[in-house]
Formats: sequence, structure tokens, C-alpha cells
Amino acid sequence: MREIQEFTLEELKHHLSEKAFSGQTVVLNMGPQHPSTHGVLRLILELDGEIIVNCIPDVGYLHTGIEKTMESKTYQKAEVLVDRMDYMYAMGNTLVYSLAVEKLIGLQPPPRAEAIRVILTELSRIQSHLLWLGTSALDLAAQSTFLYTMRERELILDIFELVSGARMMTTFIRPGGLWRDVPVQFEKMVRDFTKVMPKRMAEYESMLTRNPLFLDRTKGIGKIDTRTCLAYDVTGPTLRASGLAHDVRKSNPYSGYDLYDFDIPTQSEGDVYARYLVRMEEMRQSVRIIEQAMDKLPYGPVRDPNYKYVPPPRSEIGVSMEALIHHFKLWTEGFIPPKGAVYTAVESPRGEMGVFMESNGTPKPYRVHYRTPSGPLLHALPVIAKGHFVADMIGIIGSIDIVLGDCDR
Amino acid sequence: MNEILSPAVERIQQQFKAQTSEFRGEVTLLISADANVEAATVLRDEFAFDMLSVVTAVDYCPQTNPRFHLVYIFYSTANHAYLNVRVPLDGDAPTIRTLETVYPSANWREREVWDLFGIRFEGHSDLRRLLMPPDWEGHPLRKDYPLGYEEVQFTFNFDEIDIRKPKGVL
Repeated sequence: MREIQEFTLEELKHHLSEKAFSGQTVVLNMGPQHPSTHGVLRLILELDGEIIVNCIPDVGYLHTGIEKTMESKTYQKAEVLVDRMDYMYAMGNTLVYSLAVEKLIGLQPPPRAEAIRVILTELSRIQSHLLWLGTSALDLAAQSTFLYTMRERELILDIFELVSGARMMTTFIRPGGLWRDVPVQFEKMVRDFTKVMPKRMAEYESMLTRNPLFLDRTKGIGKIDTRTCLAYDVTGPTLRASGLAHDVRKSNPYSGYDLYDFDIPTQSEGDVYARYLVRMEEMRQSVRIIEQAMDKLPYGPVRDPNYKYVPPPRSEIGVSMEALIHHFKLWTEGFIPPKGAVYTAVESPRGEMGVFMESNGTPKPYRVHYRTPSGPLLHALPVIAKGHFVADMIGIIGSIDIVLGDCDR
Repeated sequence: MNEILSPAVERIQQQFKAQTSEFRGEVTLLISADANVEAATVLRDEFAFDMLSVVTAVDYCPQTNPRFHLVYIFYSTANHAYLNVRVPLDGDAPTIRTLETVYPSANWREREVWDLFGIRFEGHSDLRRLLMPPDWEGHPLRKDYPLGYEEVQFTFNFDEIDIRKPKGVL
């Protein structure tokens, strides 16, 4: 029986200062079960009193081998796994997967499917930001915000439950379109939400934006500049809060984002407060996009009619022999995309989420790699946190909004 | 190929004898392993590819020549353009120079590739495993790594199963 190995200080000495070995600084373990690390994140902190001298993030506690498992499943079955990566943006995970498969094959989802994809992923973004707002404010001792944000998040999860039957792991967006069309109640529920949301946003802002206790804990804390962001490949609200208006929805539009009118909020300070302001404005912009998409939601089919790749509707199976054969072939053998590799990206609430997919001409993906935004954020965390107090670390982790399932996959 | 990418592609093609291919509008350059740092420096400094979006690998086992393709995807925030660069690597235990000095973000990405594929990065400042436990044996994303269907090693039967495990290849 082998002994379980752990890191020794000797192995980490290139990350620590010499004082750690002479006992002048303390090396402290934070996590992986610390409630404020937003998941199973372990940080090894070298502390001089209360000041962070060095920080070594240790990830991998949520590594589930999804990329390996996907290689043994057909394209349709592998999709179910990707929901579980960034569980706060499950709609977006399946969207980027579907976009990659569609690019590989050359499928074009119908306009109605694209509009519904935009609505659902924007709702998903608001939902993720609401959870971020609630929990990161909770970390900074603003307890009531959490209760307010959970109330609105529930409205969105109800919409997801209505369309897909599941609240979080939806697998609603499929290669070639959607699983099915949305029910009739969908429009009313989304309209109700977009009507109520601006008022609720004002409520959150009244609790935080000018709250002196919140300002003390966030202004000037955890600064990162654009240059460092780019060097560490940090994207999303953290990059935008440092001043660069980079958003995949604008720079490389997908699913018809070029049809909608919306702004990319930016701030220049790059601190925790700037990231807070950027995310608050992003929620407003998402509501704007949803309203526009609802206004011009076209009618029509929600799946590409290429039945070699997209399952035919159930109603056809009973009356059409061809549809029955296609259905049988698709759910036993799967479909075979042409050989080649593609990369597609979407804007997740945390940054650029991309998928690199390689097909070798078999019904199973030869290699799927998710380029996830949480990894670079954690990589840059030591740069952001150095020189701050341990208590500020909590605010910083909250403000970069990591999801460990997204980082570890 | 669009007008943004073509000067960069032509330059890399001429200077590093790269092969170019295009699939679904994506340009991929195939360069040799000894030119990766120089090519990345040219892309960053002269063509404004300021982000290294992806570092990953593809295992073509049982093929050995090349066995791996290391995939880099560069992104330019100024031109909104992606460029794929692939590096073929031979043999079961390949090594390649690290891109950490050119793009700091390569640090964790290369740790992940080392962890899951067993590709060594020369000159890397911190080549520890990223996702798997530090005492893990083998590199899970290799194609010859078993996908389940193994006996589970508990404490009481650890040694018994350890003896029967295939050694060396992983």
C-alpha cells in the first residue's frame, strides 16, 4: 500500500519566499472546504501577519474526466456531460458544443431556434450573475442581498424548468437547433421577468452601490490591469472592468447576436468594485437583448431539417418510414461528421468559453477540449491577491466569479 | 483566408516552413517542434496576437510518427482573429520548449497538457500536475489509457492489483 503523497514545502519553494522556511512567515492552507472559496478550491497562502505574501491555488478537486468520457460517447450522448462543467451556465455549455458540431457538419439552425438560444443563454447569464451577486455580497457580510437575488433567480429557473423539464442541467440546446419548441407560457413568463427585473436591479443597487461598508471592502481592492489580463488570458467581466471592451458576442458574433443592439459595459479601475459595476450593467444589457429577441421572435421550425444529423420530430416517426430509419440510425449508431478540427467560442458570464473539437470520421468525437474562463482567472489570482489582507481574499475570489466545475472539468 | 490573417500566415510559412490548411474557414499552420517559441514571438510582437487562447493536444496512438499534435490557438483582440498552430510530436515521451516566457498564460495550460498527455515542457518553471493528484500514475487523456472496466484498488487489495497492472507504457 502506497502512502498518500502531499505537497511538501520543498516542492513549492519556487512559489514561496525564503522567510517561509525560516519561520518568519506562516504558510496557511485555505480550503478545499472553505465556504467562501465558492466550490472546492484550495489556496496555499504565505502570510506575513495578515498580509498575503504569496498565494498558490491548487485546483483539480472537481476533476471528473469529462473530456476523456466524451471520447467514448456518440456526439448526442456526449452533449449531456457538458452541462455538468460550468453548472452555472449550462445553457451556454450546450450552446458552444452545438455550435462546434454545427460548424463541423455545416448545419444551420433555423432563425427561431437561434433567437430562443439567445434568450435562454442571456437568462442563464443573468441567473449566474444573480448567484454571484448574492454570494459575493454574502461573503462581504451583506446578508440580505442573497435573499433578494435568489428570489429573481428562481423566476429564471422556473422558465428553464418549463422549457426543458430541468432547472439546471437542461441539455435543451442540441446540434442543429433545440430539443423542442418552447411551450406557449414561455412568452408570458419571460415578459414578466423582463418587466420586473429593472425594478429589482434598483433594489440591489440601493443595498450595495453606495453602501459605505461595501465600498470600503471593494474599492481599490484586487486590482488587475489590461496588460496582465491579456498575458494571463483573463477574459469576461474581469477584463472589461480593467478597461478593454472585449466580448465574444461583439467580436465574433454567434447565434445572431449581431442583430441585437446592446452595449459592452467597461470600467477602468480593474478592482473589485469595477467588476461589480460591470456585472450589474451586464445584467441590464442582457434584459435589453432578451426584450429585443422576444419582440422579433420569428415563427417556424426549431431544428435543421437535415435528418442525417438531426433527429426527425416524433410525430413523423409514426407515418414516415424514412423518419423511422433516421431515428433508429441516429440513436444507435450516431451521426458521422467529416474529418477535421474546429474551434468555436461563446461569451460565458465568466469570459470566453470555447470548444476545440476534432473528428476523425467516426460517430464519436476524437477529441473535445473546453477552453474555460475560470482556469485563467485562478491562474491570475496570485497576481491579483498579493499584498492584500486575508479578509480581502474573500472579496477577490467572489469578484472574479469562478466556478470550479468549469476550471477542473 | 481573410486579409487579416494572410500576412501572418505568409510570414510564418516562409520563416518556419509551415504547412497551411483550411477547414470551415479556420486556418491551421503546421510547424516543427523546434520553432514553437520563435513563431509565437513573431505572432505576438508583429501581428498583435496578444492572447494564447488554447493549449491542448491530440493523441493519435497507435500512430507514433507523429503520435501527438500539440494545438495552440492564438487570438488577437485588435483584429478579432483566431489562428490555429499545430506542432507534431513523435514518440511516447515527447518534449517541447515552453511558451511560458512569451505568454504567461501557457504556464497552467502546459501543466494541464503535461498532466493529461505526458508531454514535457522544457524550461517550464513549475511543471507539476494540475488536475490529477500529485501521486497519480499515467496520463489519462492518452488513447492507450484505459477508460474504466478496471478492478478498483482499495486499501485491502492494493498490492494484489498493482502487480497485475501493465507497467511502462502509460
